[in-house]
Amino acid sequence: MTEWLFASAIGVFTACGLWLVLRARTFDVVLGLALFSYAVNLFIFAMGRLTFAAPAIVQPGTQATLANYADPLPQALVLTAIVISFAMTALVLTLALKGRFVNRGDACDGDEEKRFEDVPR
Amino acid sequence: MLLYCLVLLPYAAAVGCALLPDTARNATAWLAGLTALVACALLGVAAPAVFGGEILRASVPWFADVSFGFRMDGLAWAFALVICGIGALVVLYARYYLSAEDPPARFFALLLAFMGAMLGVVLADNLILLVVFWELTSLTSFLLIGFWTHRADARAGARMALTVTGMGGLCLLGGVILLGRIVGSYSLDAVLAAGEVVRADPLYPVVMVLILMGAFTKSAQFPFHFWLPHAMAAPTPVSAYLHSATMVKAGVFLLARLYPTLGGSELWFYLVSGTGLVTMTFGAAVAIFQQDLKGLLAYSTISHLGLITFLFGLDSRLAVVAGLFHILNHAVFKASLFMAAGIIDHETGSRDMRQLNGLWQFMPITGTLAMVAAGAMAGVPLLNGFLSKEMFFSETLDLDAHRWIEMVVPVVATVAAAMAVTYSVRFIHDVFWNGQPVGLDRTPHEPPRWLRVPVEILVVLCLAVGIFPKWTIAPVLAAMVNGTLGMRPEYSLALWHGFNTPFLMSLVALGAGAAFYVGLQRYINLHSVTRLPVSGKHAFDAVMGALETFARKGVAAMPSTSLPRHLAWIVVTAFAAMAWPLWQFGFGDAPSARFSANAPPPMTGGLLWLLAVSAALAATYNYRRRMMALVLLGAAGLAVSLTFVLLSAPDLALTQLLVEVATIALMMIVLHYLPQASPVEPGVRKWRDAALAGAAGVGMTAVAHAVLTRPFASISPFYLAKALPEGGGTNVVNVILVDFRGFDTLGEVTVLGASGLLVFALLAGFEVHRDHREVDMSGDWNPLILRTVTRVVLPLAALVAVFLFLRGHNLPGGGFIAGLVFACAILVLRIGGGGRPILDPARLPYQPWIAGGLLIAALSGAGAMLLGYPFLTSASLHPVLPVVGEVPIASAAFFDLGVFLVVVAATMLSTMSPGLLPEIVDPEPVS
Repeated sequence: MTEWLFASAIGVFTACGLWLVLRARTFDVVLGLALFSYAVNLFIFAMGRLTFAAPAIVQPGTQATLANYADPLPQALVLTAIVISFAMTALVLTLALKGRFVNRGDACDGDEEKRFEDVPR
Repeated sequence: MLLYCLVLLPYAAAVGCALLPDTARNATAWLAGLTALVACALLGVAAPAVFGGEILRASVPWFADVSFGFRMDGLAWAFALVICGIGALVVLYARYYLSAEDPPARFFALLLAFMGAMLGVVLADNLILLVVFWELTSLTSFLLIGFWTHRADARAGARMALTVTGMGGLCLLGGVILLGRIVGSYSLDAVLAAGEVVRADPLYPVVMVLILMGAFTKSAQFPFHFWLPHAMAAPTPVSAYLHSATMVKAGVFLLARLYPTLGGSELWFYLVSGTGLVTMTFGAAVAIFQQDLKGLLAYSTISHLGLITFLFGLDSRLAVVAGLFHILNHAVFKASLFMAAGIIDHETGSRDMRQLNGLWQFMPITGTLAMVAAGAMAGVPLLNGFLSKEMFFSETLDLDAHRWIEMVVPVVATVAAAMAVTYSVRFIHDVFWNGQPVGLDRTPHEPPRWLRVPVEILVVLCLAVGIFPKWTIAPVLAAMVNGTLGMRPEYSLALWHGFNTPFLMSLVALGAGAAFYVGLQRYINLHSVTRLPVSGKHAFDAVMGALETFARKGVAAMPSTSLPRHLAWIVVTAFAAMAWPLWQFGFGDAPSARFSANAPPPMTGGLLWLLAVSAALAATYNYRRRMMALVLLGAAGLAVSLTFVLLSAPDLALTQLLVEVATIALMMIVLHYLPQASPVEPGVRKWRDAALAGAAGVGMTAVAHAVLTRPFASISPFYLAKALPEGGGTNVVNVILVDFRGFDTLGEVTVLGASGLLVFALLAGFEVHRDHREVDMSGDWNPLILRTVTRVVLPLAALVAVFLFLRGHNLPGGGFIAGLVFACAILVLRIGGGGRPILDPARLPYQPWIAGGLLIAALSGAGAMLLGYPFLTSASLHPVLPVVGEVPIASAAFFDLGVFLVVVAATMLSTMSPGLLPEIVDPEPVS
């Protein structure tokens, strides 16, 4: 049951994220990327399976196996992935910000006519 | 040690040359020349052992079974001698050849780098290292051909050479990897001993063709020869050194090197000898009709390389001897001819044989030298070229192949040799006699003394080897043959073998060639030939043009500039790539009992699921109201963070929480300048995307569930077991980050730092109008309590950051989390605080922090290397201090400090670059 909950949350994040990523405005795409990166991080995290109340902090006297501790390796991978996805979000946002002024709009579907019509100024 | 000195010395000297100022012409040349001479001396030291048949070796492990090692046998020694000896002469020549405008530092640095690369090729003890140095010769050759960067022909020639030899290099790499897999090792010793195995392997033809592609492109064999004449745009010292004596010989060197492994099959004979024969004849024929002095020499080089290739293709040990001998002879006489051509160019300002006539009256000494060298090229008796050419003739007579081949080859060989005589005669007669100079803008004269000395030395060598082969070249050739074949066949180096067929062929070639020249001049006047009907350059340009058109059309055929459409294709492709194998092979193993029997989730799990899913759905539903969507996104992120808490990942929970704060703050800042709402979209498109995204969501659910319920084998028990005893910390996640996988982390923080700098650079100097703000909330005051509280937040947060940092190795925390805490505190102060603090931490220049952090991280890793451990090996101490108690210090803590600095700086640059954009208040909105 826990597995179903976890997996379906990943699925919902993926679906919402991808739907937003397919929008035609830069900010919506960034929102979508953020949601999608949650899904991806959770998915990588899932590679170590789900463990309750057993963080990977070695206690003396407890045997160092996966029966007693959560899998630390996916956690280490996800930790840097979270930070890097922040860096990526910042970069894309910067491009969106500059694009707003260079292109006079935040459309990213390459449709020249709409670009001037929808966005004020 | 000696071998390492030999290869690394030129590189060290290259760095030295590059650092010298361009005004220090003599110092630079002395440094380069002395380097070449010292290298020669080192070869002298190695000579007794190598001549005695010994193979010198030196190696350190590099990766897998590949070593960074060198080995020197006779073949490598002789090649190294050519490289260093001619290198020294070329340096001397170049000192007087280069004009005052040419930067000597760049020239000599590149020349030395090339020398090092070339020595690496001939001395490498394994195939991978050989390919690495091989590519380095291509790169340095590219830079040297394009040395005169202002000349379009030099740039085009350099590009062409790099394209052709680079393509060959890629083929060679492929061939070498296949060869290594067949043999089971990349080591040259193993490969040379495995000839039988290789020739019996079904992949043998593939390996051979790939390796031959490398050799043929490098040695300018037909049909890849065309880059060499265009490489003549290089300064003449470069042409003499790279494009006649050394680099183009790398191809035939490879043939000689791998002869014991690849040679001796029927296919080898037809491919190698066939290509060689065609190249030899074609090159000689085209050389006759060149008007450019260096063009003539380039085609002649192609022809001679063809001759050598032909010899290596024959299944005969004596042919290999002849090929090796001709490599040495050709290097000597062709280098001297190029230098002579350079002298003529230098003193007359032209290389065009239509202008250069009757120079004998102005430069008789240079003329004499050129005549001797050209005689060697033509194969005149008493000169070195004659000896190896006669060996070549006798090999064409000893062929053991089809009857027709046996009859045709000697004839073709004689014809090609005759044409070699023709172009040699033209080189001398057309330039030094044949009337008076035409349209020269100065009166030619003999060159400065030292420009001629290298030519004199080489010409003396031509004579010495040609007249006294036994006392000069014999031991070198013997060592070379021994190194190549591993044995020494019977051969004779005598000048006179009696009046036999090879001698007759030589005489016929000399007579016919000279007569042919006289005939050509009389009946068609060689000066009137302006353009040849066939040109490899046209074919090359056509292929390159076609490729460019193809790429252009391909891009044009792509569906527009629409980002959503591109992304949709990526999603569809990813979905298909994932779905197909699952549909084809199913999910693999059955679900494990352990997981299906898992305890029902705690109540909190269900609530969290509800929070996460509803936040994500609500954010998506409300995406048009951007501020609302942003707040909901924050809620979803919080749910993810709590999920990590629940699932035993405290470090992740902290990181996620902090990153969430920074992300939302950053998005709010940027939202100031973006439209507050998205436009209404057509329903069809929404539903189409919903179908796509929904399918992807279902797929991810299925895959994630399948993974979660199946048994797995993890490498993590290793980390769990070793974290405390070897990493010195109990928080295994942190120990993995800063110790076990420290190198990964170093790469990741580098990416992080680069991204922060990129944001900074993108927005540096970028100004916006105040009217461009979509919302102006700067007038709103933050609540008094918030403003007051934030002032004390920073010092407290700093304390928390230090606390988290210090305990990170043992309890949740560490550089990443501490850095984020610190950055978030500054962010809160900036956004929530009122008024303007005296020292605004948000406005600090954070760029140097990134450099500093990366340096600290890298140095802490390099410290381990100093102590003889691999990069990033950690050591831990547990000193007991008064009052504080036991303080665990792992050297990894310094690494973590670097991580901390980079994280703070990258977060601040990413958020504050857009946050502190300078605003211009202008009554006129620009729109």
